[in-house]
Amino acid sequence: METVAAVQLRNITKRFGKVVANNSVSLDINRGEILSLLGENGSGKTTLMNMLAGIYFPDEGEILVNGQPVIIASPKDAFDYGIGMIHQHFKLVDVFTAAENIVLGLEEEGKLDLKATAAKINGICEKYGFQIDPNKKIYDMSVSEKQTVEIVKVLYRGADILILDEPTAVLTPQETDRLFDVMRNMKADGKAMIIITHKLHEVMDVSDRVAVLRKGKYIGDVATKDTSPQALTDMMVGHAVTLNINRPDPKDPTPRLEVSGLTVYDAMGVKRLDNVTFTAMGGEILGIAGIAGSGQKELLESIAGLQPISPGASIRYRPIGHPEDKDGTELVGKTPLQIKQAGVSLAFVPEDRLGMGLVGTMGMTGNMLLRSYRKGHGIFTDRKAPKKLAEEVLTELDVVTPSVNFPVRRLSGGNVQKVLVGREIAQEPSVLMTAYAVRGLDINTSYTIYNLLTEQKLKGVAVVYVGEDLDVLLELCDRILVLCGGQVSGIVDARTTTKEEVGLLMTRFKKEGEPA
Amino acid sequence: MSTVNHTQEPLLRIAKRDGISRPKAYVIRIVAVVLSLVVSGIFIFAVTKLNPVEVYKAIFDGAFGTSRRSWVTIRDTMMLLCIGVGLAPAFKMKFWNIGAEGQVLIGGVVTAGFMRAFGGSISTPVLLVIMAVVSLLAGCVWGVIPAAFKAKWGTNETLFTLMMNYVAIQITSYCVALWENPIGSNTVGVINQQTKAGWFPAVFGQTYGLNVILVLALTVGMFIYLKYSKQGYEISVVGDSQNTARYAGISVKKVTVRTMAISGAICGLAGFIAVAGASHTISTSTAGGRGFTAIIVAWLAQFNTFVMILISLLLVFLQKGAIQIASQFNLNDYASNIITGIILFFILGSEFFINYRVILRGKKEVEAK
Repeated sequence: METVAAVQLRNITKRFGKVVANNSVSLDINRGEILSLLGENGSGKTTLMNMLAGIYFPDEGEILVNGQPVIIASPKDAFDYGIGMIHQHFKLVDVFTAAENIVLGLEEEGKLDLKATAAKINGICEKYGFQIDPNKKIYDMSVSEKQTVEIVKVLYRGADILILDEPTAVLTPQETDRLFDVMRNMKADGKAMIIITHKLHEVMDVSDRVAVLRKGKYIGDVATKDTSPQALTDMMVGHAVTLNINRPDPKDPTPRLEVSGLTVYDAMGVKRLDNVTFTAMGGEILGIAGIAGSGQKELLESIAGLQPISPGASIRYRPIGHPEDKDGTELVGKTPLQIKQAGVSLAFVPEDRLGMGLVGTMGMTGNMLLRSYRKGHGIFTDRKAPKKLAEEVLTELDVVTPSVNFPVRRLSGGNVQKVLVGREIAQEPSVLMTAYAVRGLDINTSYTIYNLLTEQKLKGVAVVYVGEDLDVLLELCDRILVLCGGQVSGIVDARTTTKEEVGLLMTRFKKEGEPA
Repeated sequence: MSTVNHTQEPLLRIAKRDGISRPKAYVIRIVAVVLSLVVSGIFIFAVTKLNPVEVYKAIFDGAFGTSRRSWVTIRDTMMLLCIGVGLAPAFKMKFWNIGAEGQVLIGGVVTAGFMRAFGGSISTPVLLVIMAVVSLLAGCVWGVIPAAFKAKWGTNETLFTLMMNYVAIQITSYCVALWENPIGSNTVGVINQQTKAGWFPAVFGQTYGLNVILVLALTVGMFIYLKYSKQGYEISVVGDSQNTARYAGISVKKVTVRTMAISGAICGLAGFIAVAGASHTISTSTAGGRGFTAIIVAWLAQFNTFVMILISLLLVFLQKGAIQIASQFNLNDYASNIITGIILFFILGSEFFINYRVILRGKKEVEAK
């Protein structure tokens, strides 16, 4: 029998300012099928799905549901067409029960009848194999239960086209298996499903068809049974692009930071880093690659003394020019101030520039002061030295600002980053850690940053570069450490490795011996 | 099927300004004051048929009509300013200390207690120093308790400081009952009325000279502390972003507790000034809502203590004026309160136009020059 695709996207384009998030994407989604949407960070997967869910509105192109052109201008419109999205970040009211959350916002006739709701919820659960207590409060629930509530919420509203945005990122392997069982049940019931994921083995496991996006463009789709993880990685990362970043050889690398057995749990009790061991060498740039949220943030923050670290870990620091200091300094258990007082000159350019690295309401001078305000014995701060430093950074890095006292939060992203990097390098660090140092920056500023990092490397600094663009990582770094789900899935030589190899390591989950 | 029209631009849009030049900001403020006078003038005429100019004259008369009135205005301004100065570091740190009322009261209660107990036995200068110290300590304790709970257990400081107000009020009620004089009056009466022991001495022949000197010294001190000291810098960083503070090795907990100790102590000292320097008695209305009014003072001045002098003066001026027009023109209190309300509304509202601009539909977005 001829079937019309449940949803057809035709030449969808979405721009955010100058950035093209989706460039003329066309995609079909069929009933009774699980479609995986695959792509690197920033390839536009979530943006595309948000347009289906009514959160964004496409700039160009059209959407057809059951063959009819439709306009989806709000999440409510999306529900009217039977489209439901389960977002990465749950949108639930903590103090309400599952049932209350599920009926929230529904305009039903008559009185609110939570008993009838609960019965209907139980019906849905039985049909697809969920387990959920309608009367349990959200704050008493595990992450997996909350996700179940989100899915049931969508089904309760009669959705037959379901979009799941990285549903497995927060689940344990067992919970993932259970979710996949439910998805297969829904598939059997004729629902159309789209799952956004980075994990190739899950793609292979659950989906019928895979569609790949790269840098906002639709690359193609293949039937899962006809493809392999290797082929998918190739589609995902594409061919290497030459960037011509100047990369001198490392100058007599010496161990600077020896990290071993580093395990970190976040405030929710989810394991973010799992027994991470590596050595960062002075005189080289160590790249950190990985899908977003694989533990990069936690890794840098735990070295900087900003994360509680599980027992058994060690981070040894060896200063420049003291090879005789065999023991080095132990950083685990020290606060940022104690690390500084122990004579460790650690520079850190965090991902959240204004929220963590800088004080937005202050000018450049005030921000230079952040690292040096403790200097001197008196109770007053010395503002002359930071002002001089601010002026130096302003001229050397070409910061565009009306004055050194102009609040940095009003500067453009590139200038904010120059202020931050300029200050961190001015500390004459022996370890320089950067997280997504060129995110959102234009080409010129990006190259300024690459050159600054390379300069530091030649000075013997151990540079740690957390990046998302594999092309840059391959050309800028000397070695690349790949994180996958909080574990080190490999450390490779950046000069000899390939994009495909790193791409595979980024998505290769260790199945055997993985703790439950 | 829903029909959706999303191309229509709303009639009015509000956009945040990228920044505004200082003279332009002042022009907006002056226009606001003029407009407020016009609007309240219309209100006055419409409701009371009085000549608005006469009413404005009466407002001025109420605040500065006689030398005595002027000094009372100055005394009350200093009182409000002192609490505002105390609140400045807390609010700059984004710690919502709405407990100044209680901190002032508890400072006032211990001052009154010492004044009653030692008025006859310790000479006034020594007694003043002792009372100043104990009021500082009492206010400090009142400030540190909510801060420590917040630092340790993340309790909500707004509710906590508010509750501490009620504790202070109850303690004050108890002390008023205990120290009742004369019996049955349900007030403490003027303490040491004969001996004036523990009262502020006149300075340069002015009864409230010492109030002015003390508060202005605090104002200057707090300005320097916030702007130039290392601790002041830490307060700014914590107020802007706690993550940045942690990143820079600043202990947020320590700064929170320390800053609230200072904030509470200064509010406690305000209680000392209120009792020893002004009323010479204690009651549950010694703070008289100034602990809350001072929050407006602190925010409007953007924690600049010098600007707070002007704002405190404006608020007290309007309050005194309102009392005057109420009695002079036989208006009831509400009418005069409405006038001060209109004036304040315009002045506060002008800050909106300083931070935002309103764009009419169809108009091209023009950057404010």
